Amino acid sequence: MSDPRVAGVGLTHFGKHPEQTGRAMFAEAGLAALDDAGIDPDDVEALFYGNFMGELAEHQGHQAPLMAEAVGLDVPATRYESACASSGAAIRDAVLRLRNEEADVVLVGGSERMTNIGTAAATDALSIAADDLYEIRAGMTFPGAYALMARAYFEKYGGSKNDLAEIAVKNHEHALPNEYAQMQQAITTEDAIDAPIIADPLGLYDSCPITDGATAAVLVSEAYAAEHDLDTGVAITGTGQGGDKMALHDRDYFARTPATEDAADEAYDDAGIGPDAVDFLEVHDCFTIAEVLALEGLGLYEPGEAIGAAGRGETTREGDLPVNLSGGLKSKGHPVGATGVAQLISITKLFEGRHPRANDVDDSTTALAHNAGGTVASATVHVFEEVEQ
Amino acid sequence: MSDGPRDDGFDDLLDAIADGEGFYIECENGHGSLPPRLSCPQCGSQELGKQGLPESGEISTYTVVTVPTPQFDEDAPYVTAVVDFGPVSVTGQVRGREPDDIETGQVVGIDVGETVTRDERLIVFEPR
Repeated sequence: MSDPRVAGVGLTHFGKHPEQTGRAMFAEAGLAALDDAGIDPDDVEALFYGNFMGELAEHQGHQAPLMAEAVGLDVPATRYESACASSGAAIRDAVLRLRNEEADVVLVGGSERMTNIGTAAATDALSIAADDLYEIRAGMTFPGAYALMARAYFEKYGGSKNDLAEIAVKNHEHALPNEYAQMQQAITTEDAIDAPIIADPLGLYDSCPITDGATAAVLVSEAYAAEHDLDTGVAITGTGQGGDKMALHDRDYFARTPATEDAADEAYDDAGIGPDAVDFLEVHDCFTIAEVLALEGLGLYEPGEAIGAAGRGETTREGDLPVNLSGGLKSKGHPVGATGVAQLISITKLFEGRHPRANDVDDSTTALAHNAGGTVASATVHVFEEVEQ
Repeated sequence: MSDGPRDDGFDDLLDAIADGEGFYIECENGHGSLPPRLSCPQCGSQELGKQGLPESGEISTYTVVTVPTPQFDEDAPYVTAVVDFGPVSVTGQVRGREPDDIETGQVVGIDVGETVTRDERLIVFEPR
């Protein structure tokens, strides 16, 4: 079995661009990815596209053909919707398609327009990743759901708002030189702790912002990369996906994420590595507590241990296991359907030495991307390795 | 209350809770779930029946929501909680007590209330 290669990547600036349509943003990202790959666009055989709230934000369903058209491609195109894990799921199917030798060149990506509808409507749109009947109708919001998990975590394992603040401070610091990030702004733990509460115990700086943006990447088979002498030093060597009950109250755990555990087990096994091999990673930190749950679910920390990782300096860019060097969803921003591919792009650029934080991962060979949907009823994990060209 | 069609199963449960006759779905292997169900979400069994919901449960976790969705604009701040009734857990709002006086492990009963913002039905918990 050959491992697909990342041939090219492209993205828009992440931030408030309410006037930008989803199609315009995806065109910018997709064309940049094609240009970066340096391939003949006619070689692209399919588009795997992630989007979550297009119907609500843009009154636009059936987005995938529109997005293929936006980048000038006449190919079969499919939209993936797994809430915030939409483009992680798109990557997974693209990888499987390439591995099965049913395609040699595909475009993966995602786009989300969110700020045009305002904070209240965006909060409503995000909430529908939960169970409408039994959660949303009880007033569950997306931050509220993670607040329920944070309190359960604190009560089971300990931890405090100060520990969460350290994660926010770290991810803000990581994003400082990232010109694509929504928030290039240093904060202190005091800023985070004193910020307005959204859903107790989570405050404004525990939460990712509402973001417009698009991402795209050209993935190719190993054979195609060799045949066309492409500059592709990053391989996707493992893929995994996990699922869980939709509603938090139907889960066995509120302070663990079995979908992440299952996705990680599958991805590690697929790549033939264990958690010890991971040098750095991008995880789904839609809220600070989500980074904690991710690191434990990925087997990088025992349950109850990751809450202090940022404060201890282990997951900072100078630590042994840098987490979210891009700034994560927290500071880079979270255009929902584009986020999974944004993680792929960050990892690729870090390996290739063209990310502003690349110096922090000089000797690295193995990275992970973890993308989660809802309260982690969906999760994808991908293993990336630097390979000989 | 919404003028739209009923949601069978969900609205049946809310009617029953309002009448003091809350129930849950139990499969042949003793797994509990909330309606509507044609199969058990734990084991896939299609041998399902109704059982009476215990009158009280314990708060497993809760949050005070200060930034709501528009449907709850005038309700905020409010307390969303997951309550463990034994065979099933349920999400709802805790009423009748100040947020600062709420703790995990507190025993609550279940009822049906209305939202302030839109007069829509919702599951509520009241400390016993």
